[in-house]
Amino acid sequence: MANDDVKKIRIEGRGVYVPGDDIDTDQIIPARFMRCVTFDGLGKYAFYDVRFNADETPKEHPLNEEIYAAANILLSNNNFGCGSSREHAPQALKRFGFDAFIAESFAEIFAGNCATLGLPAVSVKKSAVENLAAKIQKSPQIKVVISLMDKTIECDGEIFSFTMPESHRQSLINGTWDTVFELQKNDAEVEATLSSLPYSKGFK
Amino acid sequence: MGKHLVDKIWELHKVKTLPSGQDQIAIGLHLIHEVTSPQAFAMLKEYNMAVKHPERTFATADHIIPTESRARPFADSLAEAMMEAVEKNTKEYGITFFGPESGLQGVVHIIGPELGLTQPGMTIVCGDSHTATHGAFGALAFGIGTSQVRDVLATQTMAMGKPKVRKIEVKGKLSRGVTAKDIILKIIAELGVNGGLGYAYEYAGETIEGLSMEERMTVCNMSIEGGARFGYINPDQTTFDYLKGRKYVPSGAAWDKAVEFWKSIASDADAQYDDIYTLDVNNLKPMVTWGINPGQAIGVDEPIPETASLPGEYQDSAGKGLIHMGFKEGETMEGKKIDVAFIGSCTNGRISDLRDAAEFLKGKRVAEGVWAFVVPGSNSVKIQAEKEGLDKIFEAAGFQWREAGCSICLGMNPDKLVGNQMSASSSNRNFIGRQGSPTGKTLLMSPVMVAAAAVAGKVVDIRKL
Ligand code: SF4
Repeated sequence: MANDDVKKIRIEGRGVYVPGDDIDTDQIIPARFMRCVTFDGLGKYAFYDVRFNADETPKEHPLNEEIYAAANILLSNNNFGCGSSREHAPQALKRFGFDAFIAESFAEIFAGNCATLGLPAVSVKKSAVENLAAKIQKSPQIKVVISLMDKTIECDGEIFSFTMPESHRQSLINGTWDTVFELQKNDAEVEATLSSLPYSKGFK
Repeated sequence: MGKHLVDKIWELHKVKTLPSGQDQIAIGLHLIHEVTSPQAFAMLKEYNMAVKHPERTFATADHIIPTESRARPFADSLAEAMMEAVEKNTKEYGITFFGPESGLQGVVHIIGPELGLTQPGMTIVCGDSHTATHGAFGALAFGIGTSQVRDVLATQTMAMGKPKVRKIEVKGKLSRGVTAKDIILKIIAELGVNGGLGYAYEYAGETIEGLSMEERMTVCNMSIEGGARFGYINPDQTTFDYLKGRKYVPSGAAWDKAVEFWKSIASDADAQYDDIYTLDVNNLKPMVTWGINPGQAIGVDEPIPETASLPGEYQDSAGKGLIHMGFKEGETMEGKKIDVAFIGSCTNGRISDLRDAAEFLKGKRVAEGVWAFVVPGSNSVKIQAEKEGLDKIFEAAGFQWREAGCSICLGMNPDKLVGNQMSASSSNRNFIGRQGSPTGKTLLMSPVMVAAAAVAGKVVDIRKL
């Protein structure tokens, strides 16, 4: 499955800034929308309770604004994606139309889930988030380019460097982020490791 | 140089280093539930893959299951579809399913230990962030996403980077009315909700060693609320005593071999840690959250901090928290009115939690207008409690007595807050909307503090009663 179609080397598009620290996965996708057996319909429920009132009228929220409708890169602050391990969160954001995330920091399980879905989640300094947010808010159609090779984000002639777990970056640029194929290759070694575990046969 | 438990378990389970730089880790026990597994099985089918080790995989239903009437089909057709999916998938792939008919159903993190599936030295995963609960046994247990659930189903392994380890040494004696829940709330308040990022937390020291297994589970359970994906306690005699005689635990000669192995995987006395943090609990107070993340917790009689006095990265959510909760800086939690009292969840839905609360409730009545209910963490907990007559005490006090499940911990089943109700909850998350109403409010505290709040109709300091 490692082919050029799935390599994630460069993501470009428009950004939208959803401000806030500790945006948890309960906010990204409220639990009541997880009553489903596939992820397919999740996109429309992304950030539902912060985007809509109880009577379903829209609230003020960047993701409700027409000018950001074409955004495919989400920008936020500290500890984005904390809380529940639900993969429904990145799945909902992906289906909403996001290809990448930029934030000051990410919760670990969320970052891991993004990596397995081929969605870059890159961390930048607070000043960079503020700078990028200002640029996007000034001109929503401005181009944001994330280069996985150079570990940089380019926007409006400025370059910001980002960090992310190196293993995530490698699997994205090599197109091996769908881990199951990589894991399947080592069957014999896996069986050897499993049967060598002291508890493998109930200590008999 | 000595090794800690993480090093030892990692060494045993590592298959190889992958090209990405992560390690491929063999998984000893895989627990699944109805909410995060159906999509994983769908992906398996799409790739035409089988379940590699169904005998290492165990399932239950906890998140969506109604706690009032379990008559099938469920009133909620979406919940019914998820229940049917887990039944069908486990049958098709030969996976043991602890559904309601088994008599052993319950919240996944309660039944694993209770059945003795959870054992020291194992790698344990589940598509659920509170999997660190099982770390109380000295296992390396962690929550995973649905794609990883698929990876583990297909290969019995997953790709993972080894965490750093922070030793959290807890010393001192807990005062009356102060519990394991208060210890972990204090740790999260001190180290922050993302202080544990990249770390496994090793809880150690005299206070931790003195805790029962159930209390240890409460502590490890909330590791993720401090940002740590893993939390564990080295196995010791308390661990072995708890495990002896349980359904999936070896017996006879195998038991002796098991204990020998379990002892060997505990951290060495001279192990090196990436960080050490010490907490003295001699003056620890019952903790209550005032905000919208579990780190926003204070002693029940302490003032809500001034936002401006907090470190920069906490100010945003502190401000939002005060607005959502309708509280002001400087107020104490004592005296805050509540509408709902919930005792249950994988944090505090075990028999000892129910005993604590019932002991307090004997001869007392829930305040007018408060909806109070108990949701035992598992069917076995429920049966045990009924044997001890705890259900009668709860009911006499005005608590509803329910069937086992996650319930209003996350409000995916019919149990939900309504409007802007304020709930005193023994669960683990106070995020906005967590308990089923986008404008609902959650105060986290220990089960006995919930019981006391239910009776008073407001938050009270258990030490003063
Ligand atoms: S009780 Fe709550 S935290 Fe625990 S598994 Fe269920 S929903 Fe998750």
